[in-house]
Amino acid sequence: MISKQEIIEQLKTIVKPYVQNQESFDALTEETDFINDLKINSANLVDVILDIEEKYNIIIDNESMEKMINVKAAMEIVAIKLAEK
Amino acid sequence: MEKRVVITGLGVVAPNGVGLDVFTHAIKNGISGIKHDAELERLQFSCQIAGKPEISTELALQYFSELELRNFNSTGILYGVIAGIDAWKDAGLTLENNEEPDWDSGTIFGTGTSGIDKFRESIYKIDDFQTRRLGSTAVAQTMNSGVSAYLGGKLGLGNQVTTNSSACTTGTESILMAYERIKLGQAKRILAGSTSDSGPYIWGGFDAMRVCTFKHNDAPEQGSRPMSASASGFVPGSGAGALVLEDLETALARGARIYAEVLGGNINSGGQRGLGTMTAPNPMAVQRCIKNAIANAGIHPNEIDAINGHLTATSKDGLEIQNWSEALERKGKDFPYINSLKSMVGHCLSGAGSIESVASVLQLDQGFVFPNINCDDLHAEITALIDESKIPKELIKKELNIIAKASFGFGDVNGCVIFKKWKAA
Repeated sequence: MISKQEIIEQLKTIVKPYVQNQESFDALTEETDFINDLKINSANLVDVILDIEEKYNIIIDNESMEKMINVKAAMEIVAIKLAEK
Repeated sequence: MEKRVVITGLGVVAPNGVGLDVFTHAIKNGISGIKHDAELERLQFSCQIAGKPEISTELALQYFSELELRNFNSTGILYGVIAGIDAWKDAGLTLENNEEPDWDSGTIFGTGTSGIDKFRESIYKIDDFQTRRLGSTAVAQTMNSGVSAYLGGKLGLGNQVTTNSSACTTGTESILMAYERIKLGQAKRILAGSTSDSGPYIWGGFDAMRVCTFKHNDAPEQGSRPMSASASGFVPGSGAGALVLEDLETALARGARIYAEVLGGNINSGGQRGLGTMTAPNPMAVQRCIKNAIANAGIHPNEIDAINGHLTATSKDGLEIQNWSEALERKGKDFPYINSLKSMVGHCLSGAGSIESVASVLQLDQGFVFPNINCDDLHAEITALIDESKIPKELIKKELNIIAKASFGFGDVNGCVIFKKWKAA
């Protein structure tokens, strides 16, 4: 079973290229919001999702995608999808 | 009052040179950018040679972020952005990240199609039920205005940001559209240019029409032969050219270096009537376009020192010379110098007009006529009209005052622009 901390570290690597606020990225926690804190361009969110899908070999449906606004939600959805596999 | 319009910056991404210095050296020395193309050979094209600018990843990273280059697959946008930003910097302008856009500056940057390789990639995904995996930039890379949209964002342009499209006339048309907008006082500065994707999916349709040469696959550099008796079709090319057009007063006020003045020009169509068709130019319209351009520029035909022709190396070159000769009422030794950049770079399609205009403006600025290559055997139809000495095969160093540049495209569309050397008062 993959740990929470491991997922956070992996998500950090995935979002890194899209981040436009470095300070917020360095201080990333579960509460960090992708758009408001990391300043990721909203159009790029679909690219982040695709990268997450590829990393974990999962499929994130549109409803789950809508909820993925911050690190915590992303972690939960990844955990659910991994458990479903 | 109508504004005068000058050219203050140039940028070019051509098969025989990326960047102004390399390109200038290439055209002065008759260096060909035509090479054998392994992909065209693999795909069993009739014509297996082409003109393609060489862009390294290192160079691309000077114009695009790593993120922008992820899943990026649009050569036309790549060439256009490099040429456009180069022209902007060449004009002494900077890339600023201000809160407000630059309301006085815009871009009219044309293309025939955009991101055809990205389109192909996307179509395969869609047909494989993978639409959701196209990524966020499939639209920006494949919309026709992709190139102007990328440039608009990088330069923070707040005036008109658009893409024009008129086949092989595109690049000449974009200059004239920019000229008119500035002349009317609606913009102070327009980045005018055009680009064309490279590769089999752009060139295939022409190969199918048998308008590209298939006789020079073993000798690529000799393949593009405008005005020669042995011309047997054009060599497909690609690339981009860009020119910063600016209101004269604005340019003078900021102490910009001025290359040339755009005196005027004309755009028209032969309506696919008379001898004009989808693919053949109506000579009546071509001559009318040239004559109207001269009238619009307020010059006499005898003032034209050199012509940069369309001259693609198909069987139509003789007809083009005849049209120029009749429109200008000049022939034999009285005809201006004439050259075709296509002998070195092939036919860069929607990019042609602006790459060739950059070459024309360089000739005015530095005082030379670049040589035509591959035309030692001039076509008899052409030598019957104009003297051989007017078709230089070696570099001529000479002050030129006025150059006429014309482009003609599918759809029976024409464009002619008149450039004048700038002389500081």
